[in-house]
Amino acid sequence: MKIIIIDDEPLARSIIREYLQFHPELNLIAECNDGFEGVKAIQQQQPDLIFLDIQMPKINGFEMLELIEEPPAVIFTTAFDEYAMKAFESHAVDYLLKPFSRDRFDKAISKWKLTDRTIPVKEQLAPLLESVSNSPAEQNRVVIKLSGKIRIIPIEDIHYLEAADDYVKIHTKEGAFLKNKTMGHFEKVLNKNQFVRTHRSYMINISEITRIDPYEKENHLAILKSGARVPVSKSGYLNLKMVLGL
Amino acid sequence: MLHIILVMYYGYPYKYALLDGIITNALLMAAGSLIINILRFYLPYRDRYGYLLFLSIIFSVAVVSLSKFYLNMIFSQPADKDYLLFVSNSNWIRGGISFLLIGCMAIISVLWYTQEEEQENRQRKNDAEKMSKEAELFKLRQQLQPHFLFNSLNSISALIGSDPVQARNMIHQLSDFLRTTLRKDEEQWIKMEEELESLELYLEIEKVRFGHRLSTTIMKDEKSLQMLVPPMILQPVVENAIKFGLYDTTEAVTINISVFAENDLLKVIVQNPFDPETASPRHGTGFGLNSVKRRLYLLFARTDLVETSSKDHVFTTIINIPKHENYYH
Repeated sequence: MKIIIIDDEPLARSIIREYLQFHPELNLIAECNDGFEGVKAIQQQQPDLIFLDIQMPKINGFEMLELIEEPPAVIFTTAFDEYAMKAFESHAVDYLLKPFSRDRFDKAISKWKLTDRTIPVKEQLAPLLESVSNSPAEQNRVVIKLSGKIRIIPIEDIHYLEAADDYVKIHTKEGAFLKNKTMGHFEKVLNKNQFVRTHRSYMINISEITRIDPYEKENHLAILKSGARVPVSKSGYLNLKMVLGL
Repeated sequence: MLHIILVMYYGYPYKYALLDGIITNALLMAAGSLIINILRFYLPYRDRYGYLLFLSIIFSVAVVSLSKFYLNMIFSQPADKDYLLFVSNSNWIRGGISFLLIGCMAIISVLWYTQEEEQENRQRKNDAEKMSKEAELFKLRQQLQPHFLFNSLNSISALIGSDPVQARNMIHQLSDFLRTTLRKDEEQWIKMEEELESLELYLEIEKVRFGHRLSTTIMKDEKSLQMLVPPMILQPVVENAIKFGLYDTTEAVTINISVFAENDLLKVIVQNPFDPETASPRHGTGFGLNSVKRRLYLLFARTDLVETSSKDHVFTTIINIPKHENYYH
């Protein structure tokens, strides 16, 4: 069984390493300082289980998990993060509160060994990741992966969002990025007074709009500062009018 | 006095005037002190002026009747008949003057007591405000701890296995640090020297936690070390710098702290590296900086004491601490 530890504090990693010595069947194959290294190591080495810290440089543990297509089983470790702890409790995920004892650590390992391997981890984690994406830390940025590189997009840099099959295309001044989430997700997460669903497949950052022109029958087109023309449906037009106070 | 002159003006002998004057004025004085005492113990909130009018009328009637009674007793000879008639005739005037005098005394005493009450209220309000301020400050300080504390304990737990000497050392540092934060009384300003000592303890602990990623430099001038500051004022700022320095970049981080006196101000400059691409929207909204701003506002009623700026991947926080009334110990 292959194990990876992802934590930015060396001593926090060393205690997990120490406890792992008592489980010879578990083979520690890598230790990572942050989420970037984590993503890389997981993809290259395909571990069976990772120990994942929440508060880490640049991207937190949850954001890192979102970037991985088929994440391995996870045991979260955190010292104190009210938001994450609440999410863990309501989604029955195993987590270790630092500092944890060897007993508690061993329990987490036994529990992991007994888990049902037929359900993909991605599905098991989905509700948890959905609930933490509302956390204050994640509300003002979106983390995406682009040809192996990780980018962090501040929310205010987003011009508009466009649905594209199972993805959402995030349009910014530096181009468009794909994120494997639904429009519904963004509608829930983004500030409703800033981003308006103007169409089944579009959401616009209202501070980017320069004008709104009529277009065919009852539809409209929103012209953005960037010059982009974004469709506005009949009901989308009503939404827009409400938020703009027209 | 006035009373006596008036009586003499009407052509009555000196004896009459003096006795009448003494009796009437004594009675007035008695009535006045009575009314002042009544008002001290009972002052209605509603219909205050009706109550005063009522009291004044009762007392002036009593003064006039009593003075007449006493005068009748003293001047019982037939020769005094003429004067008693004058007293009877002047009943209304006497009543009116008594009413005015008693009314004045009543109003003055009411004003006096209300003002006293007001002062008491003000004092109470001040005390309450002070208490809530202290409670707020206490809360602000408490919020700083848990994440740091649990992570430090976790580091100690790890060190116990690999390096027991260092583990014990860290327990001592952590205990010393916690003791200083708990002991500090908000009212009791401390020397910058002490503040820096506890800050250094904190930084030592953080360095153990983050290993080689974190280094710090501290520059200080002699004068500033003797100046007084509110306890734990720098802590959140440095915490903020570490948080953004360490969590916004993945490289090694150096935090620069400099402390110096500038005229009457104590200036503290804290610098940390940051990544402008990802960090900018989050700066300044950190809990740490807000709590420092809030504390300085509560202490000095000024909002301009904390400045922040960012340039060339370095985030700078400047804190200005004005002079305390008891400047030196």
